[in-house]
Amino acid sequence: MMIPYLQLYGLYIILYGHNSPGGGFAGGTIIASSLILYVLAFGLKNEELRLSSSVARVIESCGALAYVAIGLAGIVLGANFLSNNSAGFPLGIPGRIFSGGTIVLLTVAIGLKVASTMITLFTNIAEKEGEEE
Amino acid sequence: MKTILEVVTLVLIGVLLVMVVREMPTFGDPTNPVHNEVSEFYLDNTQEEAGVQNVVAAIITDYRGFDTLGELTVLLTAIAGLLAVLRS
Amino acid sequence: MDNLFYAMAFILFLTGFWIMLSHSNLIKKIIGMNVMESAIFLFLVAIGYVKEGSAPIITDASSGITHVNPLPSALILTGIVVSVSVTAFALGLVVKLYQHYGTMDVDEITRMRSEEL
Repeated sequence: MMIPYLQLYGLYIILYGHNSPGGGFAGGTIIASSLILYVLAFGLKNEELRLSSSVARVIESCGALAYVAIGLAGIVLGANFLSNNSAGFPLGIPGRIFSGGTIVLLTVAIGLKVASTMITLFTNIAEKEGEEE
Repeated sequence: MKTILEVVTLVLIGVLLVMVVREMPTFGDPTNPVHNEVSEFYLDNTQEEAGVQNVVAAIITDYRGFDTLGELTVLLTAIAGLLAVLRS
Repeated sequence: MDNLFYAMAFILFLTGFWIMLSHSNLIKKIIGMNVMESAIFLFLVAIGYVKEGSAPIITDASSGITHVNPLPSALILTGIVVSVSVTAFALGLVVKLYQHYGTMDVDEITRMRSEEL
């Protein structure tokens, strides 16, 4: 019952990472801790909210590839790798959400990757002995 | 025997560290050698160049974004190593 | 007692080091490693403090206020993630050792390995 509130709080910390303290790492860990809380309360055999391992691997690869793709887009538009202002990304008014070019996109990519890493770590260490593939 | 060795090691390292604490500059002094012109530059020019209000987030994604890429590589390597050990 | 923060960081470091040395259970050694790493993060963040400075977030009303140095805080985020990764990998290795040898004691495992060879 507390899981939607935890996920909403984590999403808020990720998206407002450039206006108030927070950022990608803390927000990703909070989103992962909501799923870990569910597994701690109801046991590992309940299949409703578990991320299967193939889905977690796909999300994690998407996070890493998104980071490199944003950096390479800087090269395509004519400046150095991972550059913000000189490559023409639109800067908004500081103080709103969509200000600051590549910073919001990079923070979301970091959040996705950290959340999927924590879930994969927890699920692999905490399985029982009779459930090996 | 083992306890005596542990206590002697800890006392030696403790004496070294107490000597270091006495030589460090005062806590919170604005004229520390740590506060040089690099942090002044970051605090002054973040509003114009990056357009965000959080200086730490602008440092780790904009000015030093390459280190964060290395960070993601460390996370990926930890997962790969763990899966290789636990599912052999 | 001006440098109280540095002294407490060193005491935490020595405590973590003693935990790692004196217990023979593997999980307690991993806990000691975590305590040592927390002490190092505390030391490095406490270096960048300016007396009566505010958090390094620039709003419109803060043009003449002294801020805390933002550079050590930004470099320690990376260190915290590395610490979490090393702890997770060490715990995975401990699970594998327990499945193979049936005990978590370093002296027992060394004795059993020297009897196998």
